[in-house]
Amino acid sequence: MTTYIVRRLLQALVVLVIVTLIVFFVMRLLPGDPLLIYVAQSANIQAMSPEVLDEMRREFGLDKPLMIQYVNWVGGVFRGEFGQSIFYHEKVGTLMLERFPVTLHIGILALIIGAVFGVLAGLLAAVRRGKWIDKVITPLTYVGITIPVFFLGILLYYVLGLKLGWLPIAGYTSPMEDFWLSMKQVIMPVICLAVFGLAANARQMRSAMLEVIRQDYIRTAWAKGLGERFVITKHAMKNSLIPVITLMGLGVGIIFGGSVLIETIFAIPGVGRLLVSSIFGQDYVVVQAITLVIAVVVLLVNLAVDISYGWFDPRIRYG
Amino acid sequence: MAVDGMVASDFLEAPPRVSEWRRFRRVFLARGVVVFGLVVLVLLFITAIFAPFLAPYDPYLPGQAPSLAQPSLEHPLGTDLLGRDTLSRLIYGSRTALEVGFISVAVASLFGVVLGILAGYFKGAVNIIIMRAMDALLCFPMILLALVVASVLGGGIQNVIIALSIATIPGYARVTCALTLSLKENDYVLAQRSMGSSDIRTMLRHILPNAFPPLIVLLTMQLGNLILAEAALSFLGIGIAPPGAAWGGMVNDGYKYLRTNPVLSFAPCIAIMLVVFAFNMVGDGLRDALDPRLRGLL
Repeated sequence: MTTYIVRRLLQALVVLVIVTLIVFFVMRLLPGDPLLIYVAQSANIQAMSPEVLDEMRREFGLDKPLMIQYVNWVGGVFRGEFGQSIFYHEKVGTLMLERFPVTLHIGILALIIGAVFGVLAGLLAAVRRGKWIDKVITPLTYVGITIPVFFLGILLYYVLGLKLGWLPIAGYTSPMEDFWLSMKQVIMPVICLAVFGLAANARQMRSAMLEVIRQDYIRTAWAKGLGERFVITKHAMKNSLIPVITLMGLGVGIIFGGSVLIETIFAIPGVGRLLVSSIFGQDYVVVQAITLVIAVVVLLVNLAVDISYGWFDPRIRYG
Repeated sequence: MAVDGMVASDFLEAPPRVSEWRRFRRVFLARGVVVFGLVVLVLLFITAIFAPFLAPYDPYLPGQAPSLAQPSLEHPLGTDLLGRDTLSRLIYGSRTALEVGFISVAVASLFGVVLGILAGYFKGAVNIIIMRAMDALLCFPMILLALVVASVLGGGIQNVIIALSIATIPGYARVTCALTLSLKENDYVLAQRSMGSSDIRTMLRHILPNAFPPLIVLLTMQLGNLILAEAALSFLGIGIAPPGAAWGGMVNDGYKYLRTNPVLSFAPCIAIMLVVFAFNMVGDGLRDALDPRLRGLL
């Protein structure tokens, strides 16, 4: 197990280095000089003499070779210094500290709901295979994995927000401030982000469960006279949960991707909306920081999933 | 010449040989949803090819009708802010969707398959470099990566295609690498190599053809995902330039008038969903018909 963990950690380290390289160099491929973009937005460009520009270039370290700039940037990131936002005139670190909790609040709720209900739905569909409940759940999972996130968002927005007026259509409030308002505001975004994961988990759970139920040890459990609840939860569920865990890792990335769309629809001041507005505002320091943080989160979650996978299923460790 | 212990009737009762094609067709068309998906796709292709004949109005010319008209006999899905017929724009949008979908899948699968087969065949350093780079790309959620790349390159249909291709290369590389690793253990590959076949020849003639069935399934499913991703990008306002008709962009344009003209957003949404559903179902059907063992893997 230790060798397996060490090997995985080393791999993750290599991947992390490549991730930082990608983030840094993709941003540097931006057409145009980052300094000029900065200057054009903060002051009027005509008023600056070439000497002043050179001075600024030195100040930002943009006169050094790319590799040195990269090392400086990574060094800064490790100290939590992501630089200064051009658009918001604020430290990017502070900006992200404001925005990330919002996205995480909605994202984590969606992840949990998708996991719990997805597993339950898949379990029910498998155990009652071919019965009415399976016939309801299975087609719904097909719809769930194909419905575009923004369609679901607009649909809920229209039906629950505009037509029925049950839920507020925009904004976000911290649960510390006003718990009930916060709850009402996050219901629709959470549903939107949870549906794909829920459907995917249910499908995976159903097929894994059907696979496991056929095994000899399950027949033995039945033959021993154990009750259905016991056979399913204690014997069958443990092994069928393994493939579902992998989906959790994927789910984190999908939720971050979806939050870009959902936060735009419901006007939620999260990190997804910050990313979109920064892209349009060419605020490349912010874009760089957000993409890096999201990629690292996805990397870490997948690392955790891989390690727990090895723990649940010893066959993986020796593969 | 009788085989020991067997009589003629044993041979006669053996099941008749079913041709591969007939077996494929039977399994492929067995499920209703797959047939439904196939019908949707056929209609989609017909719509895209014959768009100029099917569309009742010019999809680009503004001011042909009153702005934001409700659905009526002349305009079954109403008109947008600029007085353009929604149905006509929807019909032309199918061209954008298919163009982006097919070209990006072609580009991404070409690069992905080459990288994957190299990584799987040569193992060692080549494998480590390629697959770690792919892992790194996979750390970025697809929409996010496409969004950032498209913003770096600037809008426009080619740049959207490039962005989506880069974002989907790792998927193909991973699957191809895994397939190559298992295929190269086969005896026929060993036999080829012992006969002095070059690496390139072995990869192209013996490994690639055997990796085709799963790749075809993956490609079909990716078509749906790419059309969805393109819609998401143009929904966010990055992608096809204004006069062009893209479903995602139409959703975004209509979104501001959701209260009064919901059909402006809902019509393209339903089109996107139908097409994504159709590609997924046809992919599912292909998988079951080509190789049922792939269930759960793809």
